[in-house]
Amino acid sequence: MTAYEIVVGMECHVELKTKTKLFCSCAAEFSDDPNRHICPVCLGMPGALPVVNRQAIEYAVKAALALHCQVQLTSRFDRKNYHYPDLPAAYQITQMFYPIAKGGYVDIETSKGCRRIRLNRIHVEADAGKLLHGSSGIGGAGDSLADDNRGSTPLIEIVSEPDIRSAEEARVYGEKLRTILEYAGVSDVKMEQGSMRCDANVSVRPKGDPVLGTRAEVKNVNSFKAVERAVHYEAERQIDLIEEGGVVVQETRGWDDEKGISISMRLKENAHDYRYFPEPDLPPIILDPEQIRAIGLTLPEMPEARKVRMVSELKLSEYDSEQITASRYTADLFDETVTLGAEPKAVANWIMGELMRCARTKGVDLAAIPVKAQNLAALLAHVAEGKINNKQAKEVFEEMFDSGEAPEVIIRKKGMTQVSDAGALEEIVQTVLAGNPKSVEDYKNGRTQAMGFLVGQVMKASKGQANPGVVNQLLTAALEAMK
Amino acid sequence: MNGLTMTIEALSGLLEKKEVSSIELTEAFLQQIQAKEPELNAFITVTRETALEAAAASDARRGRGEAIGRLDGIPFSLKDNFSVKGIPMTCASKMLGNYRPPYTATAAEHLLQAGAVLLGKNNMDEFAIGSSTENSAFGPVKNPLDPLRVPGGSSGGSAACVAAGEAAFSLGSDTGGSVRQPAACCGIVGLKPTYGVISRYGVTALASSLDQVGILARNIKDTALILNQVASYDPKDSMSWRDAAADYSAAIGAGVAGKRIGIVKEYLGSDMDPDALAWVRQAADWLTAAGARVEEVSMPNMAHCLACYYVLMSAEFHANMGRFDGLRFGMRAEGDDYFSMITNSRTQGLGPEVKTRILFGTYVLSEAQYEKFFLKAMKVRTLICRDYEEAFKKVDCLLTPVQNGLPFHWGSRQGDSVKMAATDKLAIPSNLAGLPALALPFGSAEGLPGAVQLIGKPFSEAMLLGIADYLEQEGQRP
Repeated sequence: MTAYEIVVGMECHVELKTKTKLFCSCAAEFSDDPNRHICPVCLGMPGALPVVNRQAIEYAVKAALALHCQVQLTSRFDRKNYHYPDLPAAYQITQMFYPIAKGGYVDIETSKGCRRIRLNRIHVEADAGKLLHGSSGIGGAGDSLADDNRGSTPLIEIVSEPDIRSAEEARVYGEKLRTILEYAGVSDVKMEQGSMRCDANVSVRPKGDPVLGTRAEVKNVNSFKAVERAVHYEAERQIDLIEEGGVVVQETRGWDDEKGISISMRLKENAHDYRYFPEPDLPPIILDPEQIRAIGLTLPEMPEARKVRMVSELKLSEYDSEQITASRYTADLFDETVTLGAEPKAVANWIMGELMRCARTKGVDLAAIPVKAQNLAALLAHVAEGKINNKQAKEVFEEMFDSGEAPEVIIRKKGMTQVSDAGALEEIVQTVLAGNPKSVEDYKNGRTQAMGFLVGQVMKASKGQANPGVVNQLLTAALEAMK
Repeated sequence: MNGLTMTIEALSGLLEKKEVSSIELTEAFLQQIQAKEPELNAFITVTRETALEAAAASDARRGRGEAIGRLDGIPFSLKDNFSVKGIPMTCASKMLGNYRPPYTATAAEHLLQAGAVLLGKNNMDEFAIGSSTENSAFGPVKNPLDPLRVPGGSSGGSAACVAAGEAAFSLGSDTGGSVRQPAACCGIVGLKPTYGVISRYGVTALASSLDQVGILARNIKDTALILNQVASYDPKDSMSWRDAAADYSAAIGAGVAGKRIGIVKEYLGSDMDPDALAWVRQAADWLTAAGARVEEVSMPNMAHCLACYYVLMSAEFHANMGRFDGLRFGMRAEGDDYFSMITNSRTQGLGPEVKTRILFGTYVLSEAQYEKFFLKAMKVRTLICRDYEEAFKKVDCLLTPVQNGLPFHWGSRQGDSVKMAATDKLAIPSNLAGLPALALPFGSAEGLPGAVQLIGKPFSEAMLLGIADYLEQEGQRP
């Protein structure tokens, strides 16, 4: 049987988190209230004209620099003409002929090792509105309603070269792209909410064949897991087709995540002719190298560099640094907490342990976690100084995670203190020893695991406030004395 | 009162001396409209009530000694492709139905802010496509000077209404001569400034890279006065010029001595109308006599202007027209689904000439034809601009006909697209190059006024108005 190679190129649309839309001063924010953020410009009223949002251009440049692209000193907008009810002017303003950035790359790491995925280009364009079909309650059952709140909000489209060779790579590429853009601070990059949307161009060819196979574009992929599944499904579909003597046709396919299949949406013969031409209402975007450099200076340390530093300077493991740098929030929290004097490994453990656990179980988005570095540092200091024990600390952390309050406040509220005073604990130790003669006997007979039980009893009697280290010392001394 | 054909200068003098109130003036123009409209059809909407309110407000200001300027209380009109909040805008098309814009065009706003009184919206060729105002869904406009001839287009309503004393001045739009050619047809002044001098914001786009708001007025001084009011940098129009606000009256009365005037060799051929040539020669003689130096310049690419213009204009027009789909505003026809609804709305709502241009624009931009037509036309446009750059190394401005002779007769070019298109042959090049161009009544033939055109370097409006004012003054000498 022929061995096949999967070839994938990705096209990712990323919403830029500007305050206003790309060509007007309407707020570029989500609203449950349909058509709240609209004006003559984003509604394409006769006579209205677009004006480019500078912040969008800056964000696009920032994204391009973070992805190692060549930012173009001159770029232009073009019109892409097509009729659809979510596109009021019947053309989308995009950059077809002269995009804002060319080239660039994303380095990815998968189970098969490291690979560099080259980028073709980044261009800036306006998003379309949203359509609500049928069940809105306002229109009739057969009616569709247009909500233009999202219409004309700024997007960048990041187009990769067909360098991706597996479904796993496609997923990891998407995840890495998200991480980089999150670091750059240009987008919320949420696949589930649509602020990042990925389409995959998939083709297969016999291994070693230099000619690319016919590709199919897979759309409507709403998570990175879905990217992997969709690419896998599409590649298998094409291989099966070829094996059965069929021919892959160029088409656009829609991914149905629930069913785990893709369905043909449009064949190449029915592809739109978008009749692109230069946008006459907008002058070219002219950037000077100094401006680009200045934008570059606003980029934070990127994940790759941070990982290297965490491993070499802070002695974190590869695994830990990978986990910590996967999001800018955790990386920043780590760095800031360490700067405040906390021990790096301890900080890493808290972030990867409790913080990630809370985020997962509570379903909280990382960027929305209110835990501040100074509070995490304070919590760790309390533990290190023996003021509270680990169990208490976890309880305090969970509260910090929910409320964002400082640990001192929470400790006070809960009446938590750790008893490390030997005098105060001695009494409890003696009571526990007197109440558990069997365990004492076991210990004497060399069954040291009895120690754990006795520590637990002292902790219980102290309502969890005893310093386990001190308890351990006191118990050992008392038991040894009884021998 | 027979002040209906007085200049703004004269009218504002009367207002200033309180010999007449803005209300009286406005009433007089409204009466003239009532009397003339059955015959002319120059207006689509007359805003009688808001006009009288604005006039009363103007009189009140004047009463308090707070009159804003020369335009305060002066009645004017707008071509019906300018948005004015709350007032119907039809673009002379059925497609727009009862659309009322929710905002006001910047140029109109400048005039309203100056206290000028809006009388209404003028008839035009549908979506400004045409050279005769025969393409209006509201019926054609008559030429007040000769009912057998067209008033020109597409700003035919604006030109006819000013010429007939229905308004003191009007604003139109000029994509390929649509202000200058009707001005010439109706014996008034028409100015298309440099691309970017007057904001396009709020004016329904025909071809965005060619469109420029233009002024139709009774004489040169009025034209300069209005230009001073409407020319300004507008942050809402990205192609607006930063230093657009200026004193455009500065060169009026400065004379023409030492000015270098170019006559385009390619416009002297046997295909030219003898009257049109005679007017240009006479104007050249007068200027020479006043100390200007007139010389011939060659502009070989002018021959390609018409073809180049039609490709680019249609392409941009087809895109600008996409929004008229029956979905958001204007008329909507029934249809089984979205696409049949659009098809039916556009089929019923748009006129034949508009449809022709949309189809042509769609064709020249299609993937298979883009290089052959659109891209080539863009390159030709660059060559045309270079012809001007070369010419302006030798001369300060060009003197040419506006159109090839007198306005044509009703229906004589209807249905003959090529002949109709050629009407604008002499006006189009300055749109392609974005240059200021001015049509001035000059000479006459068959008892009708003739016209000449002055074309200058970018932002040389003040100089053009100075030269034109000289010719105008000379023409008025007994």
